[in-house]
Amino acid sequence: MKYEPVIGLEVHVQLKTKTKAFCGCPTEFGKEPNSQACPVCLGFPGSLPVLNKAYLYYAIKTALALNCAIQEKHKFDRKNYFYPDLPKNYQISQYDLPLAKKGYLDIAIENKIKRIRINRVHMEEDAGKLIHQEDLSLLDFNRTGMPLLEIVTEPDINSPNEAYEYLTSLKNLLEYLDVSDCDMEKGSLRCDVNISLRPEGTSTLGIKTELKNMNSFKGVKDSLTFEIKRQQEILTEGGKLTQETRLWDDQSCSTLPMRLKEEAKDYRYFPEPDLPLFINDAKIIEEIKKTIPELPHQKLERFIKAYGLSESSSKILIANKKDAAFAEECINEWPDKDKRPVVNWLIGPLIFESNNRKCNISDLNIPGGTFELINLIKSTEDEKISNLTAKSVLSESLDTAKTPSQIIKEKNLEQVSDVENLNKIAQEVIKENARSVSDYKQGKDNAIMFLVGSMMKKSKGKANPKTAQEILREILNTD
Amino acid sequence: MELNKLTAHELIEKIDKEEITSQEIISSLEKRIKEVESKVKAYTKVSDLNLLCPTSNIKHPTSLLKGIPISIKDNICTESLNTECCSKILKGFKPPYDATVIKKLKEAGASIFFLKTNMDEFAFGSSTENSYFGPTQNPWDLECVPGGSSGGSAACVAADEAIWALGSDTGGSIRQPASFCAVVGLKPTYGRVSRYGLIAFASSLDQIGPITKDTRDNALLLNIIAGPDKNDSTSINTDVPDYTKSLGLDIKEIKIALPKEYFLSGLDPEIKDIINEAINKLKSLKADFKEVSLPHTEYAVAVYYIIATAEASSNLAKFDGVQYGYRAKGKLIDMYKKTRGEGFGEEAKRRIILGTFVLSHGYYDAYYLRALKVRTLLKQDFDEIFKEFDCIVTPTSPTSAFKIGEKIEDPLKMYLSDIYTISANLAGIPAISIPCGFTKKGLPVGLQILSKPFNEEMLFRVAYAYEQNTEWHKMKPKL
Repeated sequence: MKYEPVIGLEVHVQLKTKTKAFCGCPTEFGKEPNSQACPVCLGFPGSLPVLNKAYLYYAIKTALALNCAIQEKHKFDRKNYFYPDLPKNYQISQYDLPLAKKGYLDIAIENKIKRIRINRVHMEEDAGKLIHQEDLSLLDFNRTGMPLLEIVTEPDINSPNEAYEYLTSLKNLLEYLDVSDCDMEKGSLRCDVNISLRPEGTSTLGIKTELKNMNSFKGVKDSLTFEIKRQQEILTEGGKLTQETRLWDDQSCSTLPMRLKEEAKDYRYFPEPDLPLFINDAKIIEEIKKTIPELPHQKLERFIKAYGLSESSSKILIANKKDAAFAEECINEWPDKDKRPVVNWLIGPLIFESNNRKCNISDLNIPGGTFELINLIKSTEDEKISNLTAKSVLSESLDTAKTPSQIIKEKNLEQVSDVENLNKIAQEVIKENARSVSDYKQGKDNAIMFLVGSMMKKSKGKANPKTAQEILREILNTD
Repeated sequence: MELNKLTAHELIEKIDKEEITSQEIISSLEKRIKEVESKVKAYTKVSDLNLLCPTSNIKHPTSLLKGIPISIKDNICTESLNTECCSKILKGFKPPYDATVIKKLKEAGASIFFLKTNMDEFAFGSSTENSYFGPTQNPWDLECVPGGSSGGSAACVAADEAIWALGSDTGGSIRQPASFCAVVGLKPTYGRVSRYGLIAFASSLDQIGPITKDTRDNALLLNIIAGPDKNDSTSINTDVPDYTKSLGLDIKEIKIALPKEYFLSGLDPEIKDIINEAINKLKSLKADFKEVSLPHTEYAVAVYYIIATAEASSNLAKFDGVQYGYRAKGKLIDMYKKTRGEGFGEEAKRRIILGTFVLSHGYYDAYYLRALKVRTLLKQDFDEIFKEFDCIVTPTSPTSAFKIGEKIEDPLKMYLSDIYTISANLAGIPAISIPCGFTKKGLPVGLQILSKPFNEEMLFRVAYAYEQNTEWHKMKPKL
C-alpha cells in the first residue's frame, strides 16, 4: 500500500521589538546572562505584565500578511506547567481567543502554486534558557518574556519538500515585513512538526507524531524524510503507531522517542486575569494594513510583468528584500528596454561574487556603485570588452576598491574592433596556422574557432571575437 | 498626650500648628507597641523598635502626610523590607521594588513602618490564624480572632499600635477584620487602586484598601493610593475625585437597598438587632430604605471558592524555591515537591489543590467556566439594584469575632464567615465596613455599605453621616 504523509507545522517566530512582550527589558541577543531581566519577566511576587504595543502591532501586521482574519476580540491565557526556565511556572499565551485565524500562505512547488492554510496566529512569551553543565544547570533569563508569534498551519503539507518550501516562503515573508530576524541559530525562528501517514487516496488522519529539536530548515526536511520512512515501515509490516513526541537528533540523523501522549501534560489553561480582554480596533488594523510593504509573491509577479523576466530569474532576485531592491535599482538604471543583459549579470556574475564573499549582492559594495556596474555591463553589450574580461574586472574591482572603468583604463582592456588592425593580425594568424586554414577550407567549420583564439592571444585578449571571426571568414572565403 | 491614639487628620493638624513632630508620633507608637504588642501580636515580628521607620522618610514638614507612619500588610511589596505573606515559603524575601501604593505613600510624605502586619498566609483565611508567625489576638477580646486575612492591620489600628494601615481584600479581608475590630475598612472598586506590588492571591478579585480609625482618614488615604497605574493593566483610567469632599454631605433621600438574602437565618440575631438599629439611625437622617432581592447571592461563596482558588493555584506556582524564598534540598523535582510541601501551610495547600482541580482537563467546564457565568449573573443583580438605588446596606459579617481555634478545623464554617463580603469582590464594586455597635460580650459589629463601581464617594458620604451621629468609632479597647 502506498502512504501519503500529512504534515502540519507550528512555527515560533521571535518578533524584533525593542523591548520584551510584557515589560520594558531590552531584547538584544547575546548579552551577558541575566543582564536583561526585571521583576516582571522574572515573575517576581507582586509584579504584573503590561502588553507591549509594538508587539501587538507587529503581530497584527504579520497575521494580515498571512491573509488571516484578525479577531474582533482576543485575550491572553495562562498555560500552567513547572519548569525552571519558566519563572512564573506559567506561560502567558493565547488559547481559545487567539489574535488571528484562518489565513494562508501560497508556496511554489513543482512549478505549481499550492495554498497552505494557516489555522491560527497567536501571541505568547518565550521561556528562559537552561545551560546544562556536568553537575549543575545554569539559568539565563534574558530570553524570558521575549515576544513570540506562533503560526500554526492546517495539515495541508504532504512532503518534506513542501515543508521546506513553506518555511522558506514564510521566512522570506517575515523578512519582507521586517518583523523578525528569522535566525534559527539564534532561536528567533523555531519549528515543530506534526506528521502522520494515511493510505493514498483516503482522507482519514492517521496517528500522529510530533517532532521537535530541528535546528534548521534542512533539519525539518531530513527529520520528516526519516519519520515518513520509519512510519511507513511500521505500517507496512502491519504494526501500530503510538501517538508520541520524538526528538530529531542531528548526529544520528534519526528521531528518538521523547514522551508518549499518555504522559502529555494538562496545562490547565485559563484566562490571564492580569491582562484585559483586547478589542481590536478596525481603524487601527486598516492603518497597520497600509504599512505592509510589497510582499515576495507580489514582487515576483511584478518583476515578471514589468520587466519581462523569467519566473526562475525573478525568484532568485526576490529571495531577499535588500537584494530585490538592489536588483530593481539596477534594472531601472539599465537604459535599454530589453532587461535581460542586466538580469543575467545579477543572477550570474554578481551571485557568483556574493557567494564567494559570503554576502548578499546588495552588500557587495561595488566601487562606483550601480552607475559603474551598469557601465561595465553596457561595455560588454557594446562589445567594448568581452564578457570574460568584464567578469574579471568586476572581481578585481571588488578586491581592490578601484572602479571597473579605472581598471579597464589602467590595463587598457577595451577590445580592438577596428577592421584595419584586426585584418593585419588575421593575415599573420592565417600564415602561421596553415593546418587549420586547410581544415577550414575542407569544410571543418570548427577550425575557425582555433584561428579566432589565436587572434585573441595575439591581441592579448582585446580583439573583439565577433569581428575577428567575420574578418577571418571574409579572407578565407574569398581566397 | 497619647499621639498614637489620634487619627491621621488630627495629627496632620497638630503638625501644621507645629504642636508636635512626626518623630513624637513614632515615639508614642514605639511605647504603645512595647506595652501591648505581646498581647495583640498584630505585627509579623518585633525585634528592634528603634528601627520602626526609615529616618529619611520622617522629614516631610511640607508634604501632605508630614512623615506620619503607616503600617503595611505583609503581602504588599516594600523595597528591601521583608515581605513574606506570612508564609514560610517566602522566608526572608525582600522585594527589589516598592508596590505602586508604597511609592505613592512615600511621595505623599508617609513614613513606611518597617514592621509588616500579620495576615493569613497569602491572605487565605478569615481569622489571621493561618500565619507562619502565629495568630493575632483581637484587641477587644484576646481570646478571639481579629478576623482576616488583614487581621494584623485591623488589630494594630484598633489597638493604637498604628495610626492607620493598608490591607488587601479578596473576599472580605479588609471589611471583616475591620468589623471584628471596630475600625473603618474599605475595599475600593476593582481597578481603583493599583495592584502592582500586591502579591497576588486571586488577581481578578484582589484590591488594596485603607484600614483607619475613622471615615475621614479612610477618604484621605484613598485619595493618596487611588488612580490608574501604567504598571497595572487592570487599573482603570478614571479621575480620582477628592474623597474628603463627600464628607459632611447630608443623606436626605439617599436611596438605600436592603437585600433580604443578607438577613436570613445564618445571621446571628444579636447582630441583626444591632444592624437594624443602625438602619434606624440612617432612617432618622432621612435616608430612604427599601427591601430588595439579590437572587444569586446564595451562589456567591461557591463561585468565589472556585474562581479564587483557580487563580491562586496559578499565582502561587511561582513559589518553587528556584529564585527566592525557602528552598528545600534535592534534585529538581524533589526540590520542587519538598519546597512546596514544607513551605506552604495547610490552608494554602488546600486552596492550591482545589484550584488545580477546578482547572483540570474534564472539570474546567463544570466548575471554572460555570463559575464565571454565575459571576456575570451576580454582577447583573447589582447592576439592576444600582439603577434605582444609591447604595446597599448589609451586615459585614454574620457573627462577631469568634474564638481562636473555633473554626480552624472546619474550613467550610470558616469560608461562610465571608458570606456577606464576597459578592462585592465578584462584582468588582466598592464596599466599606464601619463600626456600628457592640455585642453584650463587648465585641464590635460592622455595618457594610456597597455602591456601584467608582462611587466610593457615596460610601464615604453615608458612612460619615452615620459616624457623625454615633460614637462607636471613638470606642477604645481596654488592653
